[in-house]
Amino acid sequence: MTIALPPNDQESPRELQPKGWLRYFSFSLDHKVIGLQYLVCGFIFYLIGGALASAIRVELASPVSDFMARDVYNQVLTLHGTIMIFLWIVPVVNGAFGNYLIPFYVGARDMAFPRLNAVAFWLIPPAGLMLISSYFITGAAQSGWTAYPPLSITTPEAGQIIWILSVLLLGGSSIFGGINFIATILKLRRPGLQLMQLPMYCWAMLGTSILVVLSTPVLAGTLVLLSFDIVAHTGFFNPVLGGNVIVYQHLFWFYSHPAVYIMVLPAFGLVSEILPVHSRKPLFGYATMVYSIMAIVVLGLVVWAHHMFTSGTPPWMRLFFTIATSFIAVPTGIKFFNWVATLWGGRISLNSAVLFSCGFIINFVLGGITGVALAQVPFDVHVHDTYFVVAHFHYIVYGGSVFVIFSSIYHWYPKFTGRMLNENIGRFHFLITFIGFNLCFLPQHWLGLNGMPRRVAEYDPQFTFINQISSVGALLMALSTLPFLWNVIHSAFKGPLAGDNPWRALTPEWLTSSPPPVENWTGQAPLVIEPYGYGKEHKEQINETTANTNSEKKNQ
Amino acid sequence: MRSAILASLACASLLIGGVWIGQNVNLLPTDASINAPVYDELFKVLFTIGTILFVGMAGLVVYSLIQFRRKPGELGDGLPIEGNLSLEIFWTAVPAIVVLFVGIYSYDIYDRMGGMQPLHHEMHRHETSNVQERIWGGIGSGTVERTEEIQTDTLPIEVIAQQFAFLFHYPKGDILSGELHVPTNQPVSMRMESKDVIHAFWVPEFRLKQDVIPGQPTILNFTPTKPGRYPIICAELCGPYHGGMRSSVVVESAEDYQDWFKKNSKDTILDS
Ligand code: HEM
Ligand SMILES: [Cu+2]
Ligand SMILES: [Cu+2]
Repeated sequence: MTIALPPNDQESPRELQPKGWLRYFSFSLDHKVIGLQYLVCGFIFYLIGGALASAIRVELASPVSDFMARDVYNQVLTLHGTIMIFLWIVPVVNGAFGNYLIPFYVGARDMAFPRLNAVAFWLIPPAGLMLISSYFITGAAQSGWTAYPPLSITTPEAGQIIWILSVLLLGGSSIFGGINFIATILKLRRPGLQLMQLPMYCWAMLGTSILVVLSTPVLAGTLVLLSFDIVAHTGFFNPVLGGNVIVYQHLFWFYSHPAVYIMVLPAFGLVSEILPVHSRKPLFGYATMVYSIMAIVVLGLVVWAHHMFTSGTPPWMRLFFTIATSFIAVPTGIKFFNWVATLWGGRISLNSAVLFSCGFIINFVLGGITGVALAQVPFDVHVHDTYFVVAHFHYIVYGGSVFVIFSSIYHWYPKFTGRMLNENIGRFHFLITFIGFNLCFLPQHWLGLNGMPRRVAEYDPQFTFINQISSVGALLMALSTLPFLWNVIHSAFKGPLAGDNPWRALTPEWLTSSPPPVENWTGQAPLVIEPYGYGKEHKEQINETTANTNSEKKNQ
Repeated sequence: MRSAILASLACASLLIGGVWIGQNVNLLPTDASINAPVYDELFKVLFTIGTILFVGMAGLVVYSLIQFRRKPGELGDGLPIEGNLSLEIFWTAVPAIVVLFVGIYSYDIYDRMGGMQPLHHEMHRHETSNVQERIWGGIGSGTVERTEEIQTDTLPIEVIAQQFAFLFHYPKGDILSGELHVPTNQPVSMRMESKDVIHAFWVPEFRLKQDVIPGQPTILNFTPTKPGRYPIICAELCGPYHGGMRSSVVVESAEDYQDWFKKNSKDTILDS
């Protein structure tokens, strides 16, 4: 079942890898290096995507199209969506934290396929550069991140083809990562470690990776067909040649609805790791948390047509997808109740990690509620493709996933660097982000309900004031990045030393030095069968492990 | 004991507050079609449930953060509670029931809007096409809500969408117009098709939207009720001028509509 760990005195090829900061620019095979490569690379793309978002909000501060040319606006919009999804959230919640944490959690020295892992990462920078440079060289794609034909067939070809190529590369990267996570979680577990003893993030990554492996190839195939339509003038999706544009939408959403869970399930996992540590209580309802992840995976595959209620969708299909989508709220809700129960009666440190996690809970609950409303066909026929939907998914993707990424950075930064972040700046960062975010996106619900469609550069002047509020919120969000950047850069050099386990956590990544050595442990990997055993009798034993700085622990 | 009283007071005020907000806070534009008030009913119910759930959950989180925060000097752990089966069952069952209720209720709303009616009957009889067309989507005109004043004959209109305008063709009278004119209280049946890319026909005051698709006609039925001029908005990204792809629908009394119709009609013989 489990592959034996190689004896650690064996000459490993990793000796040939560069050391020091240079290894972050190398084809390193160390899962921790790859994880941080994903994280920093993703963050750079986040800054670019954020600059594009600011440009959008500047344009929308006035009702006429005055800041950018209209076709440039559509390029910016397309790049913003594509970058945020495929280059920031998906790589970071999966690739960055997955690579860093999963080998620790299963008690392995690395991922199952280290070379595939490095390849998966190194597909990302060229794909991202290609996508962004298309803006300067040929003009970027203009048909939105959904690239619906026939619009994507009739807009300038070069930009669209480059868009397809880079999404194909990123999809490939994602599939490689998914295969690697499944293999690592199922096959590299340390002897004696049961599946139901794994930290929750492993379950989240297992579920996510199943979704990645099942659905991403469908997107890839669809985009290949679309590119044929563009360059070879085939007629798969081109109505002029007898093609069917609705088929594209089905295929696209068969991937892209699961994609929203690919962005959020890992975030669910990360929150499940962070909250127990800082509230000093076990994760509430472990088994139900696992089952609800798996229920979300199964249901998530059969709800895609809720994005198509107003397109060519017959009534029976509308009904089926309404019901299936509504039911996803049940397993999702269970997870939120369990997190609140984890907090309940704890000894909660109100630090930046906890604040961002709790901000996530609050934002996501609102996004989930509007999601269930959107799942109701009669409700959706009014607000589909309006700012209401924009508000919904930003509550989920920004208020959810991005808040969790920040929370995770605050939580694991001491592990990554061996130094602490400044908590006061962190809490200030949270405050500005939370206020800016809600100021930006809450009013957009009203805009959508009252008649503002999405993806427009100009709008009815009656909406000017609310749009300006939203733009002020966006400005706050942009500014909130500055204290964060200063904090992570300054603390990397000047932050107080963290020690191995500043949070007194019980999950395995904390039972080694910070930052951890190559191959993770100097001795054997510890067997952690109760990753959430806070407040338990046998705590002394674990404290002993925790206090042991060189982590040479061979007990149990 | 005291905390039990406080907790039930909090719950009661949450419920009452949620219902009050749901009933009294209006976030929607005027309703100008038969299905708009039905839509608003659904909206009120969803808004009430949503407010209660959101305020309840956010309140629980904020309360926990304040009540259970670590006080200075406290180093110990919380209680090692790992779960509670009856609680898990409770918070699986309650959302399931709420979701089931919402689903059934919205099905009922959808049915009242005419969503379950077959779409191709009684329409476009003038068409001689014998090809079985693929007709999709759309929504019927509500039947349940019909009152006596509502006429039974349907006004057929053909909609052509193209970058970046809507064109309305009235087969009766052979009128071609960039603006949609419809009389109050008469069911309208639109057959829509696009000449280039996908567009969408949206009138917020009607609470209706339907994509207009190339190569695949779609149907949208509605019955306007309130005279006025409302925006028609393209809601599907269709190119650089997507944001400018707008028109108006003029809902007017039967007499005004007849005037407009006579002034524009091409075959005056039919129309006497
Ligand atoms: C409680 C669970 C959820 C439900 C019931 C739900 C429901 C929906 C529905 C029905 C739509 C289509 C709205 C429309 O276009 O008219 C939608 C759009 C969207 N949702 Fe959700 N959603 C849920 C959770 C999520 C999650 C977890 C994410 C991502 C992390 C997400 C991201 C999105 C995105 C990105 C869109 C817009 C896609 C586009 O058109 O560009 N949603 N959601
Ligand atoms: Cu979806
Ligand atoms: Cu249009």
